[in-house]
Formats: sequence, C-alpha cells, structure tokens
Amino acid sequence: MTLRRRIFSTDHRTIGKQYYFLGLFSVLLGVALSLVMRYHVVHPKALGGAISPELYLSLMTMHGTLMVFFVLTVVPQSAFGNYFLPLQIGAREMAFPRLNMFSFWTTAASLAVLLSAFFVEGGAPISGWTAYPPLSAVGRIAGPGEGLGQTLWIVSIGIFCVASVMGSINFVATIADLRCKGMTLMRMPLPCWSWLITALLSLLAFAVLLGAAVLLLLDRSAGTSFFLPAGLYFNDTAIQGRAGGSPLLWQHLFWFFGHPEVYIAIIPGMGIVSHVLSAFSRKPVFGYRAMVYAMVAIAFLGFVVWGHHMFMSGMSPYSAVAFSLLTLAIGVPSAIKTFNWMGTMWGGRLRFTTAMLFAIGFVSVFVTGGLSGIVLGQPALDLYFHDTAFVVAHFHMIMGVAATFGIFAGTFFWFPRMFGRTLNERLGKLHFYLTFAGVYALFIPMHLLGLAGTPRRYSDFTSVDFLGALMPLHRFITHAAYTVAAAQLIFVVNLFWSLKKGPRAGVNPWEATTLEWTDAAHPVVHHGPYEYSSPGAAADFTMQTDAPNIRSEA
Amino acid sequence: MMKNMPAARDVVQGPPPPPPVDRGWGDGDGNDGRGADRRASFTGLFVLLAATIMVFAALTSAFIVRRGMSDDWTSLHKPPILWVNTAILLASSFLLDISRRALKARHRTKFNFWWSAGTALGILFLVGQAFAWRQLRNQGVFIATNPSSSFFYVLTAAHALHLLGGVTALVYVDVQALRLRLGPAKRTAIDISAIYWHFLDALWIYLMVLMYVWG
Amino acid sequence: MLLAAILGALAAGVVWLFAAKIWWFPPGIDAHAAAYDEQFLRTIIICGVVFFLAQAVLAIVLVRFRQRGNQGRARYSHGDRRLEFLWTVTTAIVFLGLALAGTKLWARVHFDEAPADALPIEVTAKQFTWSFRYAGPDEKFGRTALRFINDAAGNPVGLDGADPASRDDIVSATLRVPVNRPVKLILRSRDVIHSFFVRELRLKQDLVPGMDIPLHFQAERTGTFEVPCSELCGLGHSQMRTTMQVMTQREFDAWLAAREAQKR
Repeated sequence: MTLRRRIFSTDHRTIGKQYYFLGLFSVLLGVALSLVMRYHVVHPKALGGAISPELYLSLMTMHGTLMVFFVLTVVPQSAFGNYFLPLQIGAREMAFPRLNMFSFWTTAASLAVLLSAFFVEGGAPISGWTAYPPLSAVGRIAGPGEGLGQTLWIVSIGIFCVASVMGSINFVATIADLRCKGMTLMRMPLPCWSWLITALLSLLAFAVLLGAAVLLLLDRSAGTSFFLPAGLYFNDTAIQGRAGGSPLLWQHLFWFFGHPEVYIAIIPGMGIVSHVLSAFSRKPVFGYRAMVYAMVAIAFLGFVVWGHHMFMSGMSPYSAVAFSLLTLAIGVPSAIKTFNWMGTMWGGRLRFTTAMLFAIGFVSVFVTGGLSGIVLGQPALDLYFHDTAFVVAHFHMIMGVAATFGIFAGTFFWFPRMFGRTLNERLGKLHFYLTFAGVYALFIPMHLLGLAGTPRRYSDFTSVDFLGALMPLHRFITHAAYTVAAAQLIFVVNLFWSLKKGPRAGVNPWEATTLEWTDAAHPVVHHGPYEYSSPGAAADFTMQTDAPNIRSEA
Repeated sequence: MMKNMPAARDVVQGPPPPPPVDRGWGDGDGNDGRGADRRASFTGLFVLLAATIMVFAALTSAFIVRRGMSDDWTSLHKPPILWVNTAILLASSFLLDISRRALKARHRTKFNFWWSAGTALGILFLVGQAFAWRQLRNQGVFIATNPSSSFFYVLTAAHALHLLGGVTALVYVDVQALRLRLGPAKRTAIDISAIYWHFLDALWIYLMVLMYVWG
Repeated sequence: MLLAAILGALAAGVVWLFAAKIWWFPPGIDAHAAAYDEQFLRTIIICGVVFFLAQAVLAIVLVRFRQRGNQGRARYSHGDRRLEFLWTVTTAIVFLGLALAGTKLWARVHFDEAPADALPIEVTAKQFTWSFRYAGPDEKFGRTALRFINDAAGNPVGLDGADPASRDDIVSATLRVPVNRPVKLILRSRDVIHSFFVRELRLKQDLVPGMDIPLHFQAERTGTFEVPCSELCGLGHSQMRTTMQVMTQREFDAWLAAREAQKR
C-alpha cells in the first residue's frame, strides 16, 4: 500500500491506532509539563528563576488542555472505540470510513495548532484550560501569552470541536444501523453502550463549546462585548469601546460543555472496566441493565449540573442550591455502578492479569475521586474548598487516575487483538503496583493541601505565610510524581518492545465471549455478551456466536 | 401517446433496484449492503442536525442573556433585502422538492432542471446575504457597533457557513445528475442533501423570528 | 495477596491521615465557621466510612474469590433486583440528606441580607493588589471614575477629588475590621476575575468585573489573617496577597482616625 493510502487510511483499525498513538504522544508531553511544574514548586529559584510565573502558568494551561482533550477525550472513545466498536457489534467497518479519516486528521491538525502556541511571541496562554475572560479576552495587555498564544489556543479548540462532531456522527450511525444479525441493543457489550452514550454527549457538548469559542475569538479580535463589561482598566490603560458583556456568560457556556466533557472522559472507561471485570471474574456483569441505565442517567444528569463549577462565581445563590441537589443526585448512578462492579466480582473466579488489576484499581480510585466530589458538590462547603488544591486532587483522582486506569485496562486487554502479540505480564504488574501505590501517594496529600487552604494555580508559594509550612507536603508530592512518571516508562518500554517482540497471541487468549475475539466475517449472535460460567455450557464461557442450543439467560 | 408520459430517453434504464428493507431501528437484524448505507446516512444526518441545533441553541442563549443583562442593546434596523432572501431560500426548497418528485416519477430531465434551479436559488441566497452585510456596513453598522449587530453578524454568518456546506452537497448532486451518474446509491445523497437544505430553511425562519422579534 | 494488602493499608492509612488532623483548617473565628466545620465533619465522616468500606470490601473480594486450582465455576448470576433497589435508595437518601443539611449554612451566607448596621467596606481587586475603601465619618462613599485612577499616586479606585463625599474616604491596602460587628464587603474588580478568601472565616467569593457582589460576616476573634487571591488572574496571581486584621472597636476607631488625620 502506498504511504499516502496508509497515512490517510480509512480502515477503522488503522484509525484507532492513529488515535491511540496521538493520545500517547500527548500524555507523555502532558506528563513532562507537569514534572517541570512540580519541580518548580519545590525549587522556585532553580536555573536562576528560569521558570518564570508566566512560563509556569503557560505549562499549566497546556498540561490541562493536552490531557483533557488530546488524551482523555481521544483515547477511550476515538482510539478504542474506532478499533473495537465495529468488531464488537459485528459490523465490517464504521458507517462513514472517509469521514472517520477526516476526523482523525482534523484532530491532528487541532493538536498541531495547539502546540504552535508554544513557539509564537509571548508563548502559550496563561489563562488555564478554562480560559476565563476578561483575562483571556482582552489580549496581550492582560499578560504574556494572552496575545497570539491565546488566539491559537481558541482556534485549536474550535477545530477539535468540529473533529469531535464528525466522530460522533460515525459512532451513532454505526451503532444504530450496522449491528449484525442478533446483536440487539441489550446484547451489546458495555463498551459499545459507553461509546454510544459518549458520542451523544460529545455531539451536544462540543457544539456548545464551538459557539462559545467563536464568541471569545470575536471579543478578542472584532471588538465585540459578549464577555467584557465596561470600565476595564489594565496597566494604566482604560479599555475603550467595550461594555455590557458578562464574564459569567462565558463560564455558563464553557461549563455547559465542561461538565459533560468530564463524563465523556470517564464513561468509556466505565464500559471497559465492566467488560474486563466480567471476563476475569468469569461471571456475567452484575446488573447489566442497571449498568446501562446508570450510564444513561449519568450522561443526562451531566447536562444539568454545570453550575457546580460556579458556586463562588457571583451567579444566583438560589441556582446554586438546585445545581447542588442535581450534583449529589449524580452520585447515585455512580454508586450503583460501583456496587455492580463489586457484585460482578463477588462469587467469581478471579484471574489477576494486568488488565484485571487496572480494572480493580479503577474501582478503588473511582470511589476515592467520587467521594471528594460529595464535599465539593455542596456550595456551603465549597466556600472554603473552591479553587484550592482539594479540587485539583478531586479531578486528578477521577480523570488523571481513574480514566487513565481505564485506558491501561483497555490496552492490556485488547493489545493481543490490536497487534497480535501480548504485552509482558511481569512488566505490566510491576507498572501497575508502582502506579497504584504512587498515585495514592501523589494525590491523597493534595487533598490535605486543600484542607490547609492552598489556592490553585499558584506558581510559587513564598508570598503567603501559611503556605510556607506546607512545603514538606509539596516535596512529598513531587517525589511521588516523579516516581509515578518513572513507572510509566516501564509501560512505554513494554508497549514498544511487545509491538515487535512480544509473544504471539491466539485469536482469543483471554477466553472471552465477545465478537472482537472471533474472526467471523458475517457473525450471527445468539447470546448475550457476558455468558461466563453458564451452567448449561461445556466451557466456562459461551461466545456470542456460539450455537443457540447452549442454555443462557441472555 | 399521452402528453405526460415520460419520453423514452427520460426513463431510467433497467429494472428499478429493490427498495431498501426497513427493519426499524435497533433490532440487530443484520445490515449488509445497500439498506445499511442508506439508513446509516440518515442517522448520520440527524446526528449532524442535532449538533447544529446545539450550536444555535448556545448562540441563542448567549443572545437572550446578553440582551437581558445590560441596557445597551439597541434594536437593529435590518436591511429589507432579508425578506427577499428568505423568499429565495424558501423557493429553492420548494424547487428541490419538485425535482425529487419528478425523480420518483422517473422524469430524469425534469429532475435535473428543477434541482439545478433550486441550487442556483440557494447560491443566490448567499449572494443576497452578502448584499445585506454590505448594506449594513454602508450604514456604518459593523460587528462591534452594538450587541444586536454583533449577534446579527454571528448568527447570519454561522447560518451562511452551514448553508455553504449545503450548497456544496447540492452542487455535487447536480454534477452527478448532469453527468447521468445518478444510480440508486446516489438517491440517498439526494435525499440527505434535500433534508439538510430544508432544515437550514427552518433554521433561517427561526433566526428571522429571533432577530425581528427580539433583535 | 499484594493488592488486597495495599488496599487494606490504604483504607486504614487514608482514614488515619484525615482523622489525625495534621493538615486541617485553621481554627475558625466566627459562628459561620463553627457551623461550617460541623457540616464538613458530617460529610467527611460519611465519606470516610464509605471509603473505608469500599476499599475493604474490594480487598476481601480479591482474597476470597481468587481463582484457586480446580474449584469449579463462578456463581452464574445476572444480578439481584432487590439488592440494587436497596443500595440505590440508601445512597440517594444519604447523599440528598447531606445536600439538604448544607443548604441552611449556604442560605445564611447568601440568602440573608447583611444587617442594617453592618459596616460597609468596598473591596477593589486589580492585577495584583487589593484595595479596601472605607466611607469615613460621613458614611458615604465618594464618586469614582476610571479617568481618576492613578496607581502611582495612590488612587487605585479612582476617587473623584471634586466630590466632597470622597474627601474622607480611606483606601487601605489591608482589610481592617472591628471584632463582633457585622461587616458588609462590596466586592468589585477593575480588570479580571479575582477571588477573596479568608480561611478562618470559611468564606470565599469571586470578584467579577462589571459586578458588585456583597459578602457579609461578623468576626468574633481578633488577630491577623491572610487573604490570598483565589482565582487565576495572571502572572502575579501567587503574589496577590493581603491581610485581614480583626481588632477591637477602639483600636479600629483609632486606626481610622489616624488615617483621616494623615489625609489632612
């Protein structure tokens, strides 16, 4: 095949791998940025103060943007989804292969535009991945990086939104119309449900972000006042000609996208975890229907809780109460899923492969991260914790750890199918244990920093007296961060070595039941997706394509 | 020969393709081949429409909030050419519909004619919009002049951008039709383009109401 | 096995870390803070119990159900409707109960207006300093305008010298309040979003350009407390810090009088 056809491949498996490696590149870069940040926190005067406040803040902004968009939105959904959705539902391809190719390359273009912000005059923006105006809307006068860097950031996000909608079109159409014979919706493996729900979320959320991004761009370059009020004064200069806009309008639009976005990041991971836990417990998923309804409920509720990011913003305190009740309500379907994961394992015959370890680890960190949300979801308590390290600990636990564990579980589980070889299990387990212990060592102390009142997004802690006393905690966190980062090198080595030299795998090395583990060209499905240890079957698993005379409940 | 019987050259050659079997949504009954592509295309279109609706919903809520929060909103005097443009857009939809009906009755030439006419009117709409913007600029009303004008430009530009995509689809079908390459697989392209176009019509009506009543 | 042991150690260790209160809030200085600490304790105890149970159950499951030789098949079950119902309802009651319990606390801060005799203080934030304006003996805030702003000359809020009401306005870089008296802050910003945070009050509020946001409290203990900016506002965000000094009414009046004298 010519190089051009390979690069611009319309094959869903190639595209899935392209997304995966784009995500891998982004996460390595994102981790590197965070290591520089952590180093600076404990050695603020290092390199003669080379890490200036503006550099620190720009690294922080790019770290967040890379991780949220190019890792957590891309890998669980676009990488694994494109590869395995058609296989799991018995379709030959995604519904629109050429559109699929376009959506990958549009995503890649978005990444290129984002990274170019590092190299322009003034550098990358300093307003965080949330880009609140007026800081992000008045241009260079607000600070370094707020000139061209911020504009490039907005353009990159806009391009990403378009790519995302293209991807959603493909996912929804594929699931709606290309399922093979016998593959009813209630026989789909849970990852497919998660990809469907996530695609619907993406579609609605990214469209809103696109609208908001356009308005922000206009405020910056066309003199409009969507988000800018009158009377702004920067550095001896009064900003002329802007009036009547509201910074809160941006926050509403952004978080209307932003909250569903975090569910976009976690829901596919939930699907993968259910899938992996079932396979390695040799038991059906406990409460399959409840799992589906819970994901739907989480997605739906995810659209009406955005105000919990804005409790202290100056918005109506009455709406804060409404948002709070809905936010705590979302804890209910999340709890259902957690109980069901435990229920899946209870009474099982657990096989502790690396994939299984990461799936179990997911359950542990999901509970931890979710519980800190119960604190933050109450506006009364948020009066202290808003914009402190407690919030940073919360979302890192859920996104930086749990969602990432979902990615690792998927990687170790599906690697044999993607590359025909298995990853090394000993290296995998070493990687798991170091990472699992390491992330708790990293992020639990961060909650304590928050309890002590540490504000977020501080480039140094020497100006505030009470922060000085917390430096030992910061040092511990930095050591943990470096350890966890180093442990990821084990994974990278494992990945690339096994790609070429790993032991060859059969078609179904895990003795799993779903269609991605068969080679059938036109599969016909007679069983549900999680028929493990079925009393009527000869083996302890029944493939979905097995003959219908085998007794199974689904 | 009766006057409204199709001329020999207009009749599609060969037996018509079997109609795609409609197995309903979500039954997992197997989808290989033509039927699947057609249904998938419709699903894809509806997903795209949902996304487009959300973009305009976001802009509408920004509109409503911005209008209500400050007292600096002055009603925009909208160029009357907008009414002409609206009529043109509606007419183009109507013509596309006529052409689709002609195709169903197997009048290939009639289909070509009316589809091309509809496409031409669609392009004329965009030209008319450009005129409207020019008229506003000549009156000294620019995007930053007033929040009402900001939203006018943003909403009409966003709509025009989507319409440009629609025009591209219409032109693609037109070219295929004129080259007599309109086989059964392309019927889906015709239907999708036409539905997308009608949607943009409806969206335009909505924007007209929004701008004239509240803008 | 190893993971179970780690989970067990985790469960115990994390609970201990929080319970030992080694890193904790500073002591509160008003009634609101006391009520806050109660609600937080309620919440963290529930969360702690759930956390401990979840990690412990996970550990137990790993040990009890690991595959051991040829011991037959796993229990074939697709779920248990009654159990699902039970734990769903329990979770809902606990979470919503917590949410409702916190509502009163929130209401007292934001639904209730400041008492009529509250001392009004106008807070203006800018990149990267705080200004606190007192109305002075005439109890009227003078007119301000953008064109009068002159940071170098010490007029960060843009006091209009022509307005007689502004002659006795005091602008201070630190916040000073009398103890046991209600205070009403009017929070404004000159440029970007900032945030006012005093840990000991358990209060935080963003300052948004274009908005005047009220926040009231009544400090019940004297002392000096730090006020670090708590919303990313640019380069100098980490340097944007001031203090709140709570002093006796006499000390406060003395300070105001001294500042007035300085003006003349």
